[in-house]
Order: sequence, then C-alpha cells, then structure tokens
Amino acid sequence: MTAVRCVDLCKTYRQGDEDIKALDHVSIDIEPGGFVCLSAPSGGGKTTLLNAIGGLDMPDSGEVWVADRRIDRLSKGELAELRLSSIGFVFQAYNLIPVLTARENIEFVMQVQGVPAKERAEKSMAILEEVGLTGLEDRRPAEMSGGQQQRVAVARAIVSRPALVLADEPTANLDSKTSDELMELFTALNRHHNTTFVIATHDQRVMGYAKRLVRMLDGRIVDDIEQDAA
Amino acid sequence: MRTLPVLTRLAWRYLWRNHRRTMIMVSAIAVGVWAMIFMTAMSRGMVDQVIEDGVSALPGHVQVHNPQFLDDPSVANRIQISDAELSRTFGAMDFKAWASRVRVPAVIASEYESRGVTLLGIDPVAERAFGYLDYDDVEGRFLEGVDDDGIVIGRKLADKLETRVGKRVVLMSQDPDNEIADRGFRVVGLFEAEVPAFEEGNVFVGKTVAQKMLRIGDTTTEIVFLGDSYRDVEPIYDKVVSGVDGSLEVSRWSEIATYLGSMLSVMDGFVMIWMIVIFLALSFGLVNTLVMAVFERVREIGLMLALGMKPANILGQIIIESMLLLAVGLVIGDVLAWATIQPLRGGIDISIVAEGMEMMGAASVLYPRLYLGDMVLANVIVLSLGFLASLSPAWRASRYEPVEAITKVG
Repeated sequence: MTAVRCVDLCKTYRQGDEDIKALDHVSIDIEPGGFVCLSAPSGGGKTTLLNAIGGLDMPDSGEVWVADRRIDRLSKGELAELRLSSIGFVFQAYNLIPVLTARENIEFVMQVQGVPAKERAEKSMAILEEVGLTGLEDRRPAEMSGGQQQRVAVARAIVSRPALVLADEPTANLDSKTSDELMELFTALNRHHNTTFVIATHDQRVMGYAKRLVRMLDGRIVDDIEQDAA
Repeated sequence: MRTLPVLTRLAWRYLWRNHRRTMIMVSAIAVGVWAMIFMTAMSRGMVDQVIEDGVSALPGHVQVHNPQFLDDPSVANRIQISDAELSRTFGAMDFKAWASRVRVPAVIASEYESRGVTLLGIDPVAERAFGYLDYDDVEGRFLEGVDDDGIVIGRKLADKLETRVGKRVVLMSQDPDNEIADRGFRVVGLFEAEVPAFEEGNVFVGKTVAQKMLRIGDTTTEIVFLGDSYRDVEPIYDKVVSGVDGSLEVSRWSEIATYLGSMLSVMDGFVMIWMIVIFLALSFGLVNTLVMAVFERVREIGLMLALGMKPANILGQIIIESMLLLAVGLVIGDVLAWATIQPLRGGIDISIVAEGMEMMGAASVLYPRLYLGDMVLANVIVLSLGFLASLSPAWRASRYEPVEAITKVG
C-alpha cells in the first residue's frame, strides 16, 4: 500500500500565448509515514503536484492515487469528502476563516465532519495546547500574529488525525524560530502518529527535516533522495 | 444537516463583517416590508369599509329570493312561504342573525316632492343584529315592531322631500296584480348613514304593515342571513342551501353586489402585485449585497472547499446568509408596521378628500385594517422571492475551483 502514488502526471497551463508545463510526466510513490519535501524554484511544479495529490487541481493526463484510491476520476463532491476525511492542508497564506475564532477555525473541519460538540471542544483545546496557543482560543485571525495564525492552521490540519498532510510553503511567512517549532511539531506528528507529510518548500531549513527530498525543475523530478532527518 | 450549525454561524458572522452595508440593506428591507404592510392595511381598510357598507346596505351575507326577483324585484316575484314556516325552518338553525323582509321598489311623496326609493318592510327586532343602522342614533325613534305604522327615512331624503319627523308622507308601489298599492305614513324617525346613497334610497316600515299595504298576506320577498365575516360566507351558504328547496335561489353577497365582489378580488390581486413590485425594487439591493459579499471572500470560499466543504454547502451558506438578512429586515419591518398602524386604528380623517371617497362609496374616516394573513403574505413573498434572488450569487460561489479561488488576487 502507498499513501500517495502519481503515475505519469502531465499538466500544462496557458499563460498568454505560451504553454507552460507545470507537470511533465511526473511519477512518484510515497509510503505511509513518509516525510517528503518537494523542492523547486518558483514555477518548478511543486505546488501543482501538491494540488494534484490533494485533489484540488486535476492533471491533464496520468493517474493520482491516495491511499490506494484513484482520485483523478472522482467528482467534486467525492473529492471534497476525501479531503475532509483523509487530508489535512496547510497553505502559505490566507489559511484561516477570518470570521471564526482560533478554536472555531480548528473545529471547522470536525464540525463539517459531524464530530459531536463535546469531542470537538476537547480535541481543539488539546491541540491548541500542543501548538502552544493556549489562551488564544477566542482570538480571531486578525488579532493574532502570522506565526500564531499558521500554528492554528496546522492545528486545524492535524486535529482530526488525517493520514496525509499537505503543506504548501508552510514557513514562508514565519521567522526562523517559529519555523523550527512548526517543523518540530510536524516531525513529532510524523513520528508518533505515522502521519504522512508532503511539504512543498524552497526553505533549506524545512528540507533539513525531511526524510526524503524530491527536487523538481520545469515540471519534472530531477532528484529524489532519502536523507537523515534533522 | 450536520453542517447546518456551522453554515448558519458562518452566514451570520459574514453578514456582520461589513456591518454598515448590512445595516443599509436591513433598513431597506425593513422600510420595504413596512411599506408593503402599511399600504396594504390602508387599502384593506378602505376596501373593507366600502364592501362592509355595501354589504350592510344589502344587507346580509347570504340571501334567498324567488329566482326571478333579482331581475324583476316586484312582489309578484315573492317567496311563497309563510313567515311561520320560515321560522320553523331557519329558527332551529344556528345563524348569527337572520330575518325575512319585504323589499320592493316604491315611490315616496311629501306634499312638496316625490322620490323613487326601496321600501323595506322589516322586523326591527330581528334586523337589529345586521347593524346597518344604529337604532339609538335615529332622530325621533326607530320602528318598534312588525306592526309599527310609522316610517323611518334618511335625513338626506327628508331634506329632499322637505319633510321632517311628525309629518306625513305617502308610499306607493304595486301589489301582485299590478294594481297601485299605497298608504300614508307618519315619519317617526330620521336616520343617518355613512354612505349617502343608503340614506337617500331606503325607507323602513314594519313588515306586517308592508305586507298589508302590498296585499301579499304573510309572505316576503327576501330572506337574509348574517355570518361572522363577509370574507367567509361558505359555511352559512351551505347551511341555507340545505334549508330551502330548489325553487328558491340562494345567493352570496358577492353574487348580488358583483361590483363589490370584484372589488374584493381586485384588491387581493392588487395587494399581491404591490408586494411583488416593492420586493423587486428591494431585490436589486439584495442581489448586489450578496454578490459583493461573495466577491470579497472568494479566497475564503476556496479555502473552505479545499478543506472539504462541498459546493452544496457553499450554496447553502450564501442562501442562509440571504435568509438571515431578510429575516432581520422582516422582523424590524413587521414591528414597524404594527407600531405605526396600531395608533391609527381609531381612524384617519380623510374628509379633505371626502368627495372623491364618496364617489367610491367610502366614508370620510379611513380605518386601517391589519390582517395577519397580509403580514404573513408579505413575509412569505419576501422570503420566497429572496430565496430565488439569492440563488444566482450562491450558485456562482459554489462553482469556484478551490485552487483558482485560493490564489485569487484580492
């Protein structure tokens, strides 16, 4: 069983008169419990690959499998259900719903999942403590720093213990200390809960935490190496 | 259904994120709803009054006649059933009021003038409940029984005849053999009515006296029945039909006074159109508000979709937001309408336009009528049309692709 399997993915964008190959025959297998960093310069295809794995964007050709289920043929509703139940997302920015408090943001996914209120409250308070945000549960995003917001987003992504977490430049807006804390948290979750992480980044510090580093260039995988995590 | 609480919470919070815009829209809805209900209450009041006055001038919500009587209202076309038999049939039935009367065209003459009138030979005791006249408000006195040999006429008619209480007049009509039937009466009372035509066109005498004058024994020309409301005559209509044989014609008031009947139907249609027109004006603001509300949170919608919210949930969220906005406006509009109509229930003096109102058969004091049904109708129209108006922006919001929405530059 693989956590993620991509077979010969191609995706082309049209930009003006020019066709840009965001994915050019990309194939990759990621085992459960993997901690993979996708590294590429801007426009290298890492975000497109991440979005394809998360069912947020469909490839032009090829196959995407998540937990042995082919997802590139699913309907919008089925993809939404898959994301809700199995995948946690952390985006670079605009990660939180501004009209909800930190705790409500964390509970959002669970509430859509139909988790009872008491269980939601217990889990959200526990995860807030885990990410070091105890006491900030009633603050809205606008009342928190960028680092605090990103930790809330991480808490939301992992609170319902998804098998797979996809993070797109999760440390882009964070200082180095907060970045390290966040990566330590990811590492711990990966280690203790066997959660699979796929992180798109060009931050060298983040790459240092990965067990596997996949380098991309112009939509192709140019390097795929196992490494000792930090 | 499991997402309803979170959708409602999101809708409510988003509604108040731009509170100034929301307050403007709520105010517009409240004023629109107020206008719908207030103007409807005024129109209802006016039309109700015209109809009630018209019906009370008939009077009676359901009437029984000889089938030829309405075309040729003479005693030849009377009901060939005795008073005693009528009492046996209808006395046992449960009506708010009922009475049999003699109603024929006649000519009244004083020593100076003569006029065509409708002669009503009535039982004043049975007719009192019909309420078309306040007996105690009559100058002189009203009739005291079926064999009272006085006559009560309207003040305006008295002015035209140049007569007064205590003077004698002559009433003339035809008997069943088309012979002249006439009799002298002393004027015992002068009445006033809201509708001038009623005051000028009707004279009242005792029923037995009229029967003797017209030589029709103890038969009558009309049996009238009163229900609780002129809007709901079917129960008494059915009851009356069950009490008469097929040789008699049973009519609802709207079939006798067709003009008033159509006025009621037109009024109901007018109320509906009036409400829809106001809502259409409101709907532009509503749709604009929703489009703006969606446009300014495209990225957040993308985020929700990415996190696993289904497009149907986004659709639901925008519709709930629209419904909440309308509900707040409706509550304020309803309260406002009630609060402004209540103090006017005693009547609004519109004597400044009395002449125009008189032409319509209405009085110079307008009593606004606030019906629960009209309020419910206004609320249902606003909510249902609001639902339809919000479908388009909600549908567009639900069709966003998560990736495109998240990366949208604001």
